[in-house]
Amino acid sequence: MSETARTTAAEEFANSATPMQKVQHALHRYPWLSPLIVLVVLILIFAILGFGFDVGSLENFAKPATISLMLQQTVIIGTLAVAQTIVILTAGIDLSIGAIMVFGQMVMANLAVSATASNVTFMAGQNPYLAVVIGIAVATLAGGVNGFLIVRFNLPPFIVTLGTLSIFTALTLIIFKARTIQGKEFEGAQDVMGIMGKDFQIGPFGFTIGLVVMLAVYVIMAYVLRGTAWGTHVYAVGDDPTAAELSGINVKRVLFSVYLAAGFIIGIAGWITIGRLGSASPNVAPEINLETITAVVIGGTSLFGGRGRLVGTLIGTFIIIILDFGLSLAGLDQAYRVLAIGILVIAAVAVDQWIRKVKI
Amino acid sequence: MTVTTSAKPIVQGKNLNKSFGRVIGLNNCQFELFPGEVLAVVGDNGAGKSTLIKCISGAHEVDSGEIFVNDQEVSFKSTHDARTHGVETVYQTLAVAPALDISENLYLGREVRKKGILGKVFRSLDKKHMREVSTKSLSDLGVLTVQSITQTVETLSGGQRQAVAVARAGTFGSQVVILDEPTAALGVNESARVLQLIKDLRERGMSIILISHNMPQVFDVADRIHIQRLGRRAAVVTPQTHTMNDVVAIMTGAMTVPEEEQQLSPVR
Repeated sequence: MSETARTTAAEEFANSATPMQKVQHALHRYPWLSPLIVLVVLILIFAILGFGFDVGSLENFAKPATISLMLQQTVIIGTLAVAQTIVILTAGIDLSIGAIMVFGQMVMANLAVSATASNVTFMAGQNPYLAVVIGIAVATLAGGVNGFLIVRFNLPPFIVTLGTLSIFTALTLIIFKARTIQGKEFEGAQDVMGIMGKDFQIGPFGFTIGLVVMLAVYVIMAYVLRGTAWGTHVYAVGDDPTAAELSGINVKRVLFSVYLAAGFIIGIAGWITIGRLGSASPNVAPEINLETITAVVIGGTSLFGGRGRLVGTLIGTFIIIILDFGLSLAGLDQAYRVLAIGILVIAAVAVDQWIRKVKI
Repeated sequence: MTVTTSAKPIVQGKNLNKSFGRVIGLNNCQFELFPGEVLAVVGDNGAGKSTLIKCISGAHEVDSGEIFVNDQEVSFKSTHDARTHGVETVYQTLAVAPALDISENLYLGREVRKKGILGKVFRSLDKKHMREVSTKSLSDLGVLTVQSITQTVETLSGGQRQAVAVARAGTFGSQVVILDEPTAALGVNESARVLQLIKDLRERGMSIILISHNMPQVFDVADRIHIQRLGRRAAVVTPQTHTMNDVVAIMTGAMTVPEEEQQLSPVR
């Protein structure tokens, strides 16, 4: 009996696959491969056009200053996309990411802003470290609210986060009166509040603390997802919740913890955003929700849950930023970038559908 | 009729009741599984066989009645509770996560962490150990080749998936394995392989509950047949004393078997 099994398996193994099937298998095994190819192709196109041809100001594309700026530009979408990835891995979606980020950021800023600045709320003038901690805690709690509603009342994540998107946007405006807090209004607290935007040079390249923190979030979360039981459970819950439940996994607890963790990461992203933009504004990045989903989907993570890698999300973020820079340096209208992103998203989901049908 | 009287049931249910609103799943149902036997549970749709199995596997809680495992009264709140008492279930839906690999599936919900700081503080999984044990467990069952342990389960055939699910149930020192319609979705060859797997598990001393609609398969592997009807145990017979037609007749109520003609004691 074991003999027959072995032959069958050997036969199946020896069955020569067509080139297309080989591609399918490779993409199935490494879902971040297709975004990586897209990224490399994009870089090559822009670099070649910049060096060999006189297209707009693309000759600046491969210069260290541009590369540094592109890297620094990834921090907001990149960090939020980590939160979006773990949510999408559970077959959920978080439309409230931007709203929670802004809310947490405004809590931080309004706590830390100098009490002598004009039009401040009653809570101004706190210790900046305390302000940051409270801001992140509030964002974590907001993520917890999403998780609680989804788990306790069995509501679809799409609906819950659509609701909390409005709720947190409104709360921000009600409590903080749509007031932008400029960096200088932090006075003594500016060093702490703006630390994520602090830059340093390595050779010709300029990096920011925020970029380092974002990469650290990626590394830590990638380890947690692939190296711990919790990570395996996140994948299992997104893949097949019934199977996960029957295997003894507490699906509700895992789901709740995912939204809580997402809230925490969103809180960190809020702090990074203050550093990146040098101010705290309730109107920052209105399209950030869709951009994080775009980064995750382009990065090869399945909207149906259970498959995808964080490294793909990082690549997806780079693709968005590089398209942004490349096309505007080429002198093209912003609309072309939106067009390209749209095509990429649909192509990414089509590829995902195709590789899910893999047969070995 | 009794062959041995000394053996005690490894799993026993006394006067089990379970209802879902107005629908009665179990009505004073009795149940006994003896060590080292294959007990088939058959019954018409709605006879309560799924409910019975779910109560024993911890997926449902009984409304009233007592369940004993190894003479110890238990009260399972979850499948996890049942597992810690050595009762494992292979579900009809297979309960495997298709995007995870074989080893991850085998250890799903009971992952092993590394020793020392890496495991305690950083919660790091001991993937190497889990893969080794998974490989050994599958090759012991003679089902899969060694090099494929990191293959995702979705790339396996139905029979191979079933084998993974059965291997999971049989790997972790369990005493009782419950198989819910294990061949329902399989072809002839794969069904035969799974039936062989069931016999192998019995040879290794495990006690097996097999839920099946397929009478020839039941008569092939079962030592005793528990027939469920209208939420209770209608009879327990053996493939030697009764025919398939008898079993169907008992299932539908066309035939009743007096207690002294039943096989309520172990045959092995």
